[in-house]
Amino acid sequence: MTAIAAAAERTRKALLSRELITPEGLALPLTLASRGARAGALLLDLATIVFGFIVLGIVLALMGLGFLTSAAANLGAAGEVLIILLLLLLFFSRFGYFLYFELGPRGATPGKRALGIRVAARPTARGGTGRLTAEAVIARNLMRDVEVFVPAIFIIVDGSSMGLMGVAAMVWIGIFVLFPCFNRDNLRAGDLVAGTWVVEAERRTLPHALSLTEEPQRKYRFGEAELSIYGEHELQVLEIVLRQDNPAAMREVLEAICRKIGWQAGGGVDDRAFLEAFYAALRARLEGDLRFGKRKKDKFG
Amino acid sequence: MALALFKKTPLAPPPDIEAASLRSDRFRLARETDWRRLEGIVLALEKNRPRRISDEDLLALPVLYRQAASSLAVARETSLDAGTLAFLEQLVRRAWFQVYGPRTSLLTWLKRFLGGEWSVAVRALWFDVCVALAVMVMGALAGWLIVARDRDWYYALVPADAAQGRHPGASRAALQETLVGQEDGQGLSAFATYLFSHNTGVTIMAFGLGFAFGVPTLLLLLYQMAIFGAMLWVFAQAGLGWDFAAWLSIHGTTELSAILLGGAAGLHIGRAMAFPGQRSVLTAASTAGRRAAQVMVGAVIMLAVAGLLEGFARQLVHSTAARGAIGGVMALGWLTYFLLAGRRLNLASPKAA
Repeated sequence: MTAIAAAAERTRKALLSRELITPEGLALPLTLASRGARAGALLLDLATIVFGFIVLGIVLALMGLGFLTSAAANLGAAGEVLIILLLLLLFFSRFGYFLYFELGPRGATPGKRALGIRVAARPTARGGTGRLTAEAVIARNLMRDVEVFVPAIFIIVDGSSMGLMGVAAMVWIGIFVLFPCFNRDNLRAGDLVAGTWVVEAERRTLPHALSLTEEPQRKYRFGEAELSIYGEHELQVLEIVLRQDNPAAMREVLEAICRKIGWQAGGGVDDRAFLEAFYAALRARLEGDLRFGKRKKDKFG
Repeated sequence: MALALFKKTPLAPPPDIEAASLRSDRFRLARETDWRRLEGIVLALEKNRPRRISDEDLLALPVLYRQAASSLAVARETSLDAGTLAFLEQLVRRAWFQVYGPRTSLLTWLKRFLGGEWSVAVRALWFDVCVALAVMVMGALAGWLIVARDRDWYYALVPADAAQGRHPGASRAALQETLVGQEDGQGLSAFATYLFSHNTGVTIMAFGLGFAFGVPTLLLLLYQMAIFGAMLWVFAQAGLGWDFAAWLSIHGTTELSAILLGGAAGLHIGRAMAFPGQRSVLTAASTAGRRAAQVMVGAVIMLAVAGLLEGFARQLVHSTAARGAIGGVMALGWLTYFLLAGRRLNLASPKAA
């Protein structure tokens, strides 16, 4: 079951992975953000805006300003200023919120940041990678209005009561909302027009190096036969197991390795020490081969 | 002592490189300090706090970035440490976004934009502007002609809340009433703000709808102008044609120009997608989209001006001649700006991509 899930995860990754050629000629792998992550980010941002307005409403109510209409009637000039501010705030939350954050150095709204994704310029057909320009961000966010806010308003005012016009509008809106589902790069209409896409931008810390301890290698010696079984994929799985440091999993892996290389998995061994030694030996061998241009992808390769 | 808390934690001392048994680990340990230094700089840039970066670090940034990039290239061919590779990939990617990220802040961009880039973008769309203008004129004519033939069409065309007592057959006095401004300025600024955000919404919609090959944009323009034509007929019937035109022109010249630009911008995208020429549809759409976005930002600015004129000037200026004069001056001003501004700019930087 987990094997199937892992395989599905790998194909998903392969479908979403793209390459970006930096001006230094280096191919940088990028992973496109999934539709789910993007929808989630949008909902988070909308929730932030709505929440902001609720808080503002409560604060105003606590200040005794009550509803907008009565405030304007009672307060005269001050009420008018308040209404102007509110209208402008509404306007800027609709158009300015996304614009401001996506023009920042992170290229992401708070919702996008929370889900570890950001906006980037799409490489052009000729292979060049333009930088993300202000115009591109503006274009993609002006389109957002047609894609998000118009449908939202349509649903709120209940377009289904409009008869045939309502159905036509629904179809029309559907084209925009479902647009990301019908192209390879998960582009929404705004991305297409602006020449942008949304990619994963997670942050990672540098893990400690695993093969630094020299001691265990003295204890276990692996020969040519033992080390020629596994390939890079198995090495990386072993690396993950060692980093997770889960005793049960390490025991399981140790037994599997011993079965494979024909050793007896005794009871009184230090699992971690053995695995570290095997990891270091296998990596040394595979990297040695690598220098001679030989790559062994996995145990079948 | 308290200050020490806020000081940067010093970078960890370089590990004992000789202790590493693998060549790829020695490679990693020898460069780790530089990678971490780059990570710190990138993080400060991402947090938008460039002042926290010392001068030496800032000078070292391009070098560190290239070092990390070349480390990644070497590591890919020599190291099988997945953790290190994943770290390097995300580090180089983040650094790339910062080093080759957007150079302009919103403010400097706006300055350049008003200083001529806007006019350049508008002139680049001259064909779409002409088409949109033709469609708008056609819409107004159609509205006039339809209502002139059969009055009942008026009620089908003009929404009830826009009509506000301006009906065919209404008395001259009642129509004149709708054109008279208010004596005091009460409530006007809120009204102006409301008009601004409403009209901007319509214009941005005209832009966004251009995505469907421009057809909905043209329909929207046609419909909005048909309403205008129908109303103009009603007032002309009552002998108030000029008064209505002047009443409208005070903000209308600015507002209609903005709607024209919004429609032209939408049309530009639609046209690029329908007829991409030698380029791929995606490239054509994104090139057109960026240019059209500039025009759209300009349209929003124009709508803000129109909202102010509509909210204040129209209600406070009463004579037909003065209203017409303001409208005419505004129209002339916009025209001059779009035709002349930024000509030198265009020559100075030919196709700076």
